[in-house]
Amino acid sequence: MHLKSAYEIREKYLRKDMLPTIFCPGCGIGSALQYTLRAIDDLGISPDEIVWVSGIGCSSRVPGFVNFDGLHTTHGRALAFATGIKLVNPDLKIIAFMGDGDTAAIGGNHFLHAIRRNLDVTVILINNFTYGMTGGQVAPTALKGLKGTTAPYGQFENPFDIAELAVAAGANYVARWSVFNYLQGINSIKKALQKEGFTLVEFLSPCPISFGRRNRMKTAPELLRWYQKITVPLAKAKKMPPEELEGKIVIGEFADRNRPGLAREYEEYKKRAKKMMGWEE
Amino acid sequence: MKYPFPVGRSDFIQGDEAIARAAILAGCRFYAGYPITPASEIFEAMALYMPLVDGVSIQMEDELASMAAIIGASWAGAKAMTATSGPGFSLMQENLGYAIMTETPVVVVDVQRGGPSTGQPTLGAQGDVMQSIWGTHGDHSLIVLTPATVQEAFDMTIRAFNLAEKYRTPVALLTDAEIAHMRERVYTPNPEDIELVYRKLPANKEEAQYPFGDIHGDMIPPMPIFGKGYRTYVTGLTHDEKGRPKTVDAEVHERLIRRIINKLEKNKEDIIAYETFDLDDAEIAIISYGTVARSAIRAVKLLREEGIKAGLLKLNTIWPFDFEMIEGIAEHVSKIYVPEMNLGQVYHLVKEGANGKAEVELIPKIGGEIHTPTDIIERVKRGV
Amino acid sequence: MRREILFSGFGGQGVILASVIVGRAATVYEGLYAVQTQAYGPESRGGASKAEVVISDEPIDYPKALSPDCAVFFSQEAYDKYLRLVKEGGIAIIESDLIPHRRLDMERKLRVYALPLTEIAEKTTGLSLTMNILTVGLLTKLSNVLSEDSIEKAVLDAVPKGTETINLKALRKGFELGEKALKGSFKP
Repeated sequence: MHLKSAYEIREKYLRKDMLPTIFCPGCGIGSALQYTLRAIDDLGISPDEIVWVSGIGCSSRVPGFVNFDGLHTTHGRALAFATGIKLVNPDLKIIAFMGDGDTAAIGGNHFLHAIRRNLDVTVILINNFTYGMTGGQVAPTALKGLKGTTAPYGQFENPFDIAELAVAAGANYVARWSVFNYLQGINSIKKALQKEGFTLVEFLSPCPISFGRRNRMKTAPELLRWYQKITVPLAKAKKMPPEELEGKIVIGEFADRNRPGLAREYEEYKKRAKKMMGWEE
Repeated sequence: MKYPFPVGRSDFIQGDEAIARAAILAGCRFYAGYPITPASEIFEAMALYMPLVDGVSIQMEDELASMAAIIGASWAGAKAMTATSGPGFSLMQENLGYAIMTETPVVVVDVQRGGPSTGQPTLGAQGDVMQSIWGTHGDHSLIVLTPATVQEAFDMTIRAFNLAEKYRTPVALLTDAEIAHMRERVYTPNPEDIELVYRKLPANKEEAQYPFGDIHGDMIPPMPIFGKGYRTYVTGLTHDEKGRPKTVDAEVHERLIRRIINKLEKNKEDIIAYETFDLDDAEIAIISYGTVARSAIRAVKLLREEGIKAGLLKLNTIWPFDFEMIEGIAEHVSKIYVPEMNLGQVYHLVKEGANGKAEVELIPKIGGEIHTPTDIIERVKRGV
Repeated sequence: MRREILFSGFGGQGVILASVIVGRAATVYEGLYAVQTQAYGPESRGGASKAEVVISDEPIDYPKALSPDCAVFFSQEAYDKYLRLVKEGGIAIIESDLIPHRRLDMERKLRVYALPLTEIAEKTTGLSLTMNILTVGLLTKLSNVLSEDSIEKAVLDAVPKGTETINLKALRKGFELGEKALKGSFKP
């Protein structure tokens, strides 16, 4: 793969008047954003055909920085807004930039139902185990024992595995990487963008300021090294006994299938309705 | 264009059905909802009709999502609606605020039932009045319409869409369980005879750069819809004229919020609708809205027969509110009665409007029955 | 002109449909105003059923029946509950097989037509379910507000496809009974 310079990508796709971003030094959101823009660029999709949607959180500020149509909505609801956009204009491609809390806590139900109805959307999920914007509270993905301001003695609840949830709910494409796996990340986003129905690419993404600091990993490199320690590629994980996988996070492609997307299903439904009512042959 | 229901003639239908038909004739092509008594029949009618007119009807996972979906649909260019009742309306308040902040034209129908909480699912009430106006947080304004008959429910649904599009604002249509299930004669005009309003679109790319700017001096920015190459960014955060978040700039916040409120306040004359019955020479005024206004009309007739000079102001909109008009009435009557199916909501607005010029008395009723004319007459006579 | 009609009985007897047909005939086919309302809530669950129609030649303000000019009773429970509401001199149509306990003191002030309506319907059409439509026919004749033609059209609009003939048969039997009743040939 030929990689254009980051400056070229930035020049082409970002809103200059919105820079600098709100992201902290060492934050991984910029990387995930860059991968997404590179995927769009590689595929040659016109920005006029894409709408970015988001909810609330650091990652949800992304639609403001990119020069596309964008809807920055309420906490957890991005996919519900996206449902309206997509069904009214099925020609538009939708990218939802979402955080772990946005996706799996306040927006958990919208997330599951968007997948169930196979809404045509590509979700780029930033999983940093924390609520970065509000100062480091624990997220529903936080592994047991990790610290946050609302679990200062270490998380005592079980985490959600969002990628697994998405597979179980029926998503067409699901992959998870850390932002360190940039080639796999870009390739997964490219795959996701070319599919109809629900596609999800999850990134383990460093948040040194709100998360790392409280968990003895003050810098991004420390967090990336930690990801390398706790992540296990899917092929390898399949051969490992469950006790060895305790506290690990599996990375790789978890689903790749081609169920019809919601927009196409609704077109068919309209035809069926007209036929049943004798409006059309 | 073919319609899946009779047009150009009268039909005998329920309030919920009338709202669905009117929405389709108003150009609504996106409906998202969640089942709830007594609003479900609106959804069921939409589900039946929408696919036939190339529109969308979709059952969302809850009312939070329904409200979100119609806002998304509106930015994609559709006229969009949802309908619910109290418990669902509470959930919609979050994104209703988003619609106000982002100036998104949508119509929200709240078929009122007894509350709070699940309350009396099948019985009518007027307990959501203050919620419809002030339910979402922060300083804001929106338009609230209050039909009293099935025909009015039909007519006001069309008006709700027209106002939403004209002023780029959410409009709430406040009906109740009575109107929802009551069947009445409804005249459905021929579609070509219905005057429809469509949102102002940007004339060019330059105008589209200011999706939240008062570029025409009418306080209503043109709305660039998605997918036209305008690269519009919409956020619920305080934003400047270009839509850029400016969350700690007091001046930007004040300019935005004042414009959102003023675009309705300064157009009160166009928005506010009411009817009067025997009010000109009245010594006693009754101010009422929704189903109860029908009891009030009868009460006025019967009071007049008994020589008591009563008159009625029937409010067809309850927000924006014409406080000055109420003061004008208060100056000419000795007493104002406000019958409501709640324990006092519009009563407080009327009291503020009357400004001490006349005594204002509430005639409350809760439990699910609408006031009988006698309920009103007896209270009025007690005061005479 | 304001006429109030009350229909009452229990679920499954077609009480609501009967009221809708009357309202529809008045509005769609006679150009009158009408409001049809029905009781929801606990009383409509698993038992009692009640509907009202108010008909007028001018817009209808208060939408509910204040004191019905005409009332139909298909159950003892409904009879016990609502008979007292009927206006003095008003019409009461009573399903006599289903309402064994009668208040003759109260009935004295009314024009009462008590008949085994279910049995007559079954004999006429073979289907006891058509009792509501038969009653609409009877009511039409007795109350003299709506024309037979309008009611026929409204019945055809409202009944399920394929049941038109059988329902018209029931309706016409109702007209016939009404005609006889007006001539006084079966007063109780």
